[in-house]
Amino acid sequence: MASTIRVRATSSGETTEVQALIQHPMDSGYVKDAKGDLIPPHFIQQLTFEHDGKNVFLADWGPAVSKDPYVKFSFKGGKKGDDLKISWVDNKGASDTTTAKIQ
Amino acid sequence: MTTTHDGFPATRRLMLKGAASVALIGLGNLPFSVAPAFAAANDKYPEDAFKQKSDADAVKALYGKTAEPSDKVKMDAPEIAENGAVVPISVSSTLENVTSISILVAENPNALAAFYLIPAGTLPSVANRLKMAKTTNVIAIVEAGGKLYSTAKEVKVTVGGCGG
Amino acid sequence: MRSAIHFASAALALAALSFGAMPFAVAADTPDPAADAKAFQKFFTEKFPKVKLDDFVNGPYSMNEDMHRQWEEKEQFPPYDFSLDLGKEMFAKPFKNGKSYADCFPNQGIGIRQNYPTFDEKEGKVVTLELALNRCREANGEAPFSYVKDEMAALTAYMAFTSRGKPFDIKIPNDPRALEAYENGKRYFYTRRGQLNFSCASCHVQNPGERIRAEVLAPALGILNAMPIYRSEWGGMGTISRRFTTCNSQIRGVPLEPQSDEYRDLEYYLSYVSNGLPVSGPGARP
Ligand code: HEC
Repeated sequence: MASTIRVRATSSGETTEVQALIQHPMDSGYVKDAKGDLIPPHFIQQLTFEHDGKNVFLADWGPAVSKDPYVKFSFKGGKKGDDLKISWVDNKGASDTTTAKIQ
Repeated sequence: MTTTHDGFPATRRLMLKGAASVALIGLGNLPFSVAPAFAAANDKYPEDAFKQKSDADAVKALYGKTAEPSDKVKMDAPEIAENGAVVPISVSSTLENVTSISILVAENPNALAAFYLIPAGTLPSVANRLKMAKTTNVIAIVEAGGKLYSTAKEVKVTVGGCGG
Repeated sequence: MRSAIHFASAALALAALSFGAMPFAVAADTPDPAADAKAFQKFFTEKFPKVKLDDFVNGPYSMNEDMHRQWEEKEQFPPYDFSLDLGKEMFAKPFKNGKSYADCFPNQGIGIRQNYPTFDEKEGKVVTLELALNRCREANGEAPFSYVKDEMAALTAYMAFTSRGKPFDIKIPNDPRALEAYENGKRYFYTRRGQLNFSCASCHVQNPGERIRAEVLAPALGILNAMPIYRSEWGGMGTISRRFTTCNSQIRGVPLEPQSDEYRDLEYYLSYVSNGLPVSGPGARP
């Protein structure tokens, strides 16, 4: 089954570069639908990346992050084949988690 | 899709907290002088900072102090956004001991767009895509050694398309 | 740098565009598609000597450097990825009768995007990829998809992806009806319509690279090679059908039904004159 999270994590030996794309509407609460009604806010609030039992990156997001959000960062360490666990939770309490292998 | 509507956000938040405190232990002996009530010092979602309208108020709510401009904070942003809904912005820094990076869009309805916690061992560099309501300054703030450093750049946003 | 045009009224914005003489006569003498395509490509390569031929398929991004950089950033992790994966999954999944899309297409449907639209000599009409996909579904007892987005975009995204880099190779068979379809498509492209009295060519031949409000106009050369596209403006995917209908509405004209004869012929013409340019779909757009 398809996850809402796409990850590319590549190790260069010394550091691991992580890119993630998440499928989420990120509704700001300021936009109207076709009928002219405001679409209520619905956005990811926290996104975490865990490697080797340790948080390597944590994002706190507001509704100004674009639809289907993208983020990129790098951390020291991480070997090919290691697990990277990614989780998000949104303002409605929905969440998703996936584990990706570092390449 | 595997999105779980778990209905127990509190539990979820606890889980996240658990994960992040492990990370904080990892920070060990870094100077950590920020008052714990502020987001920069813990993993709690900074609800209040995201609610502030102006960038100054958001920074105050987030860190409880102000930033000084620094050329050691680098920001890459387009001159004219191809679409205000998706503006690619990346921030990096040559400063030592960076613990967080935040990005604000001055004239958005709520200025704070994103806050990133940078644990020890993570490079002080992040790229993301943000929404911008109109032409305005994008402000990047890097927290390093307990102090705040900033840079800003104006990004032009033209009127939305023809609706097509 | 070209000057940006941001007037509140579309009519005013359009009035500021320039209109030289049309570069090609419309169906004046005997139709000659091969000569058309040559003149068409020559027009664009001479107008934009710095743009490489294969780069025209990147639409507005081929026309503007600041935008090209934003595109490169997007392509690092393109927003059409989700649709592409969905398309791949859908394509592999058998219908209720056990058959699948692969059974409806040459080479199991892989690497064939560049041949569409084709001219079906039995039916005497142009068949686009979107149409062929829905016919495949219907022939196997499945309900057709909407032509404009979602599933149709996902399927065509996957089929385009398996054909990336292959040059467009649209054929006009020796059949007077095929030539007529081509000529109809061409006429449609150059005919003015809508409240604003614009033709497709007014924007995409005479003013590519110019800004019309926030948007940079794509050149007509290679304009379908990146389809389907994820458009930030739509916040999602759209097919060729979606793009045609939205462009018609843009000039306050009445859009036709997706896959109407006119649109099929139009796609046939636009694809034929882009022969030789590579498939680059799915694409990302502002
Ligand atoms: C008023 C000017 C205007 C007219 C007339 C117009 N378009 Fe467009 N078209 C646009 C704009 C603006 C866009 C979005 C920016 C871009 O990609 O050019 C666009 C985009 C497109 C695209 C997608 C290009 C890409 O690379 O993403 C296609 C295909 C297209 N138009 C086809 C047509 C066709 C066919 C017609 C005639 C039925 C037409 N257009 C008429 C303004 C126009």
